Amino acid sequence: MSTVSDEQWRGVAAEDTEELDRQVGLKLKRRSRALLGTLLRPHLRWAVIGLVLVFLENAARLAGPLLIAVVIDTGIPNAIRGDTTVMAWCVVAYAFCSVASAGLWATFLNISGRIGQDLVLDLRQRMFRHSQRLSLSFHEHYTSGKVISRQTSDIDSFTDLLEVGIDDLLTSVLSIVGITILLLTLDLDLAALTLATALPLFFVTRWFLRRSNQAYRGVSGRTATVIVHYVETMNGMRAVQAYRREDRNRSIMDGLNTRLRSAARDSLDVVATFTMSVRMVGNLSLAVVLAFGAFRVADGTLELGVLTAFTLYLRRFYEPLDDIAMFANSYSSAIAALEKISGLLEEEPDVREPKQPKPLPPHRGGLPIEFTGTEFRYRPDTPIVLTSLDLTIPAGQTVALVGPTGAGKSTIAKLVARFYDPTGGTVQLAGVDIRDVSDVELRGSVVMVTQENFLFSGSVADNILLGKPDATRTEVESAARAVGAHDFITALPQGYDTDVRKRGGRLSAGQRQVIAFARAFLANPAVLVLDEATSSLDLPTERVVQRALESVLADRTALIIAHRLSTVLIADRVLVVTNGQITEDGHPQDLITGEGHFAALHTAWRDSLA
Amino acid sequence: MDQTPTMTALRRLLPYLKPVRGRLIVSGVAVLCSMICGLTIPLVLQQILDGPVARKETGPLPWLIIAVAVLGAVEALMFYVRRKLVAGPSTLIEARMRADIFAHLQRLPISFHDRWQSGQLLSRAVSDLSTLRRFIAFAGIFLIVNTLTLALGLAVLFFLAPVLGVITLICAAPLVFISTQYESKYATLTRRSQDQVGDLATVVEESVLGIRVLKAFGRGPHLAKRFAAQARELRGTELAKIRLLALLWGAIIMLPELGIAAQLLFGSLGVANGSLTVGTLVAGVTVATYLRWPTDSIGWLLAETNQAATAAARYWEVRDAEVTITDPLRPEELPADGVGAVRFEGVRFAHAGSDREILSGVDIDLRPGETVALVGSTGSGKSTLTMLVPRLADVTGGRVTVDGVDVRDLRLADLRSVVAMAFEEPVLFSASVRENVALGAEDVTDEQVREALRVAQAEEFVDRLPWGLDTRIGEEGLSLSGGQRQRLALARAVVGKPKVLVLDDPLSALDVHTEAEVERALRSVLSTVTALVVAHRPSTVRLADRVALLDEGRIAAIGTHEQLLKTSAAYRDQLSTLDDEPAEVAS
Repeated sequence: MSTVSDEQWRGVAAEDTEELDRQVGLKLKRRSRALLGTLLRPHLRWAVIGLVLVFLENAARLAGPLLIAVVIDTGIPNAIRGDTTVMAWCVVAYAFCSVASAGLWATFLNISGRIGQDLVLDLRQRMFRHSQRLSLSFHEHYTSGKVISRQTSDIDSFTDLLEVGIDDLLTSVLSIVGITILLLTLDLDLAALTLATALPLFFVTRWFLRRSNQAYRGVSGRTATVIVHYVETMNGMRAVQAYRREDRNRSIMDGLNTRLRSAARDSLDVVATFTMSVRMVGNLSLAVVLAFGAFRVADGTLELGVLTAFTLYLRRFYEPLDDIAMFANSYSSAIAALEKISGLLEEEPDVREPKQPKPLPPHRGGLPIEFTGTEFRYRPDTPIVLTSLDLTIPAGQTVALVGPTGAGKSTIAKLVARFYDPTGGTVQLAGVDIRDVSDVELRGSVVMVTQENFLFSGSVADNILLGKPDATRTEVESAARAVGAHDFITALPQGYDTDVRKRGGRLSAGQRQVIAFARAFLANPAVLVLDEATSSLDLPTERVVQRALESVLADRTALIIAHRLSTVLIADRVLVVTNGQITEDGHPQDLITGEGHFAALHTAWRDSLA
Repeated sequence: MDQTPTMTALRRLLPYLKPVRGRLIVSGVAVLCSMICGLTIPLVLQQILDGPVARKETGPLPWLIIAVAVLGAVEALMFYVRRKLVAGPSTLIEARMRADIFAHLQRLPISFHDRWQSGQLLSRAVSDLSTLRRFIAFAGIFLIVNTLTLALGLAVLFFLAPVLGVITLICAAPLVFISTQYESKYATLTRRSQDQVGDLATVVEESVLGIRVLKAFGRGPHLAKRFAAQARELRGTELAKIRLLALLWGAIIMLPELGIAAQLLFGSLGVANGSLTVGTLVAGVTVATYLRWPTDSIGWLLAETNQAATAAARYWEVRDAEVTITDPLRPEELPADGVGAVRFEGVRFAHAGSDREILSGVDIDLRPGETVALVGSTGSGKSTLTMLVPRLADVTGGRVTVDGVDVRDLRLADLRSVVAMAFEEPVLFSASVRENVALGAEDVTDEQVREALRVAQAEEFVDRLPWGLDTRIGEEGLSLSGGQRQRLALARAVVGKPKVLVLDDPLSALDVHTEAEVERALRSVLSTVTALVVAHRPSTVRLADRVALLDEGRIAAIGTHEQLLKTSAAYRDQLSTLDDEPAEVAS
C-alpha cells in the first residue's frame, strides 16, 4: 500500500488507503470531529443538561453503600440504644436516592436518545441531499455501491455507537472515578490496597481492546466472504445447476465456513478470557480487602460499616468494565464510518446551480441549442472527447447523431442535459449559457431518456408521474397511450396502480423502457434527448414508440442517438460524429445518396435485412 | 402467545445438538457452579462479620478469607470454563446448519429460487443462524441457570432471615413481569424500526442507482422530501423505543434499590431488637445485589428464546421445501453413440399452483447438429421451454427427449454433462477466469479451457488481462464488459464438449456495440452442436438453420427465416422493423 500525500486526503481520496501517514490520519480525525461538532452544535444546551443529570444520577447511586455504612456504624448502635432517627433518615435517604437515580437515569436516556436521533436524522438528510447535489461525474467514478453504503451501513455503525451507548460509557467512567474518590475518602489505606489489586485490570483491558478489535475484524471480514459466496450462488443458481457446480460450491462454502468458525471461536475465547480475568481480579481483591479490613475491624481501627461499604463498592467498580469493552468495538467502526461520511460530505459538485440564474426567453415548442468552441474531457487525466465543437440546432429540429462508439455522441447529449459542464467553450439554450439557467427551469425544459430504464418502487402511475408530479390520471394515461404502454399496463393486476416491485422487477426490460418514454412524454419538455433509448425494445414495440416519437417531436427540439437506422431516418438532420468532430451534416436522404460514412452504414444495414 | 409451532421448530434442532450435548450439559453445570459460588460468598461474609469481627477473635479469620478467595477464583474459572466449552459446539452447530441449508438450496429447483429473494435466503443462513447460536451458547443455558439461581438465592435469603427473603421476592416479581412485558413491546417496535430502516435503504439505493433519471427530470428535491418524511418516521419509532427503554431502566434501577432500602429498615430494626445479626444484614444485601441480573434478565431471555424459535421456524421453512427435480429411481443410460437429437413431444408446462398453461403442446424436432431459433413475443414461454432441456424445470405434460431418452429418466449429472446452457444475463462467479470457464468440472485441463475460449472468441482478451487465466473476475474481482462476460459464459458452455446447447438469448442483455463481437463468438460456438436459441433480433435469427415461432403456448410456425417471412404474418410482425413496412406494402 502506498501512502497518501498531503493533498490527497481531501474528499474521498484517502478512503481505500489502509496505511495513512500520521499527518493525513490526524486530518481525517479532525475532519470527523468537525463534522460531529457541527452536528452537535444545535443540541449543545440539552447535551449540557444531560451531562448534569448523569452526574447527579451517579452521585445518587454512589450514595447507597455510604448510607448503609452510616446505618451500620451509627444507625444500628443508636437504634439499640432506642434512638432510631439516624437509621430512619438513612433509610428514607436511601429510598430517595434510588427513586432519584431511577428518575434521573430515565430522563437522561430520553434526552441523550433524542439528541442521538436528531444527529442521525440530520446526518441522513445531509448525506441524502448532498449525494443528490453531487455531479454525475462523481457518482460515476465513486460508484453507486459506495455512495449507498456511506448512507446505509456507515450510518448504521454510527447509530450502533449511539445504541451501545455513549451513555453507558459516560456513566461507567463517572462511576469508576466516583468510586475511586469515595474509597479514598472512606479509608486511605484500604483504598490504596483496592486500587493496587485492580492494577492488573489495566493491562488486561488494554490486551482485550487490542485483541477484541482484531477478533471483531476477523469475524466481520470472514462473514462478508461467506455472504458474497452465498449471494453469488443464489443469484447464479441457474448456472450453478446447469453446470453441476454444486459440489465445488459446497467445498468452497465449507472452507469459508470453517474459517469463519475459527474466527468466531477466537473472538468468543477473547471475551471468555477477559470476563474471567475481570471477575477473578474482582473476587480476589474482595478477599484481600476482607482480609485486611476484617483484621482492622477486629482490632478496632476500622468501622464495620466502612468495610461493608467497601465490599459493596467493589462489585460496582468492576461491573462497568464489560461495558467499556463493548463500547470499544463499536467506537472504532463508528469512527471509520464517520471518516468516510465526512469525506463524502466534503466533495463539491462539479456541476453547480447558478447563484444568479438567468431566465430562459418565453417560448412555445422547441428551443434552439448552440455549441460554441465546446471542449470536453471527463477527467483531467483522460483524453479529450470533444475538441472545439461548433454546432447550431434551430428550435424544433430533430437531429440524429451517428458514429462509432467513443466518438463523443453521448457526450454531446449529456452536455445538452447538463449532466456535465464543458471544460472549454459554452453550450447555450435559447441564447442563455446553460450554466446560468436555474436547475428547476433547465429540468423543466430539457429531458433526457437513456438506455438505462430505471424504475422507482411504487406504482406504474407513480413512475410516469415522475415526469410531471402534478399531472392528472387522464394525462398519465394519454402519455402511456401515446407510447403504446396503455394496453399492457391495464392488463396488470391493478392497472396503473400496480406496484412495479423492486426496480420494476415485475416488468420486462422493454416494458420498463416504454414506461420511461411515457414519463418523458408526460414531462413534455422543449428539448428531448434520447441516448440509445429504443435499443432494449422488441421490434413491434419499437415501431409504436417510433410513430409516437414522430408526432411528439414535430415541434420540439430533439437530439437522438440510435444504433438502428430506422430510428435515424425520422430525423430532419443527421450528424456523423467521428473523434469528437462532426464529419458529415445533412438531411438523411441527402447523406444516403452521398459517399460518406453514413451512406456506407446505410448500405450495410440494408444488406443485413435481406 | 402461540408457542407450539415455534417450539416444535426449536425441538427439531435436537439432532444438531446431540453430538455436542455432553459439552453443553457440562457448560450448564459450570454456570450453575459459578453462581452457587457467587451466592456462597455472602454467606462466608456473614460468618466473618458475625464471628471473628464481632467477637474480635482473629483465629478462624484466615480460613474464612481463604474460603472467599477460593470461592471467588472458582466462580471466575467456572465462567471461563463455560464460555470455552460452549464456543466450540455452538459455532460448530452454526457452521453445520449453514452448510446444510446451503446444500439444500443448491438442490432446490429454479422455480423455488424465482419465488424467493436472495436476501430472504441470506438472512436465514446468516442472521437467523447467529440468533440460534446465541441461543444455544447463551440464552438457552442462562434461562435455566438464572431461574435456578433466582430460586436458590431466594432460598438463601429465607434461610438467612425470612423477612429479607419476602422483601426481595416482592421486588423481584414485578420486575420479571415488567421486563417480560417490555420485551414483547420492544420487539414490536424493533420490527417496525427494522422495516423502516429497510424502506429508507430502498429510497437511498434508488436515489443513487436512479441518479440519472432524477437529474434528467430534476426530481432530486422531490425524493429528498419523501426521504426526509420517512427518516422522521424512523426517528419517531426510535424515540418510542428509547422511551420504553428508559421506563424499563427506571424500574430495573428503582425496584431492587427500594428492596435494599426495605431490607435496611427491617434488618436494622431486627439487629436493634436482637433477632438479626449485622453479618446477616450485610449478607442479605449482598445476595440481593447478586440476584439483580438473574431477575431482570428473565424477560430478555424469554424474548431471546422466542426470537430463536422464530429464527428456527424460518430456517426450517427453507429446509422443508421439497426438492422436486431429482435423479430417477431407475436411471437409464444415454446411448454411447448419441448424436444430440432433441425432441419436444406435446410439451405442456404450468407453474406450480397455477392452472394457466404457459406451454400447451409444443412439438419441435431438433436434428443433430442443427440450430433452431425460438421466436415469440415477451411472455410467450420461450425461456421456460429452454429450461426444460437441462431440467431446470420439469414438464407438466408431454416429454423432452435427448437421443430418444426422456430427460427425466437420466441422472441429472449425465443429462447436464451433455446439455449446456447459457443465459440472458451471463453469471460470473468471484473466481479466476479458469475457474469461471471450467466451473465444477475437475478434469478440465488448461488446454481445454483455452480451446473453449478460442471457440468463444475470448482467448485474446483473456490473454490481455493482467494475470491471464488466473485473473480474478466477478463481483470481488476485475469487472468485465457485457460482451466479455457473455463470451466467457459461452466458453463455459462449450468447454465440456456438450452435444446440446440451449441459449436463452445471449445477445439481449448486451448494449448495441458489443452485440457484434458476441455474435461472432456465437456463430463459431453453434457450428459444433445441436442448439436451441431464443432470439429477439433478426441478427440472432440469421445464425439459425430453422426458426420456430412460439405463440399462445404452441409452435405456430416453423421453417427457415425466409420461408416464415413469406408465409407468416405473425412472424413478420415480430421481426420486421418500421422500415420494412413500405417495402411490404409495395410488394
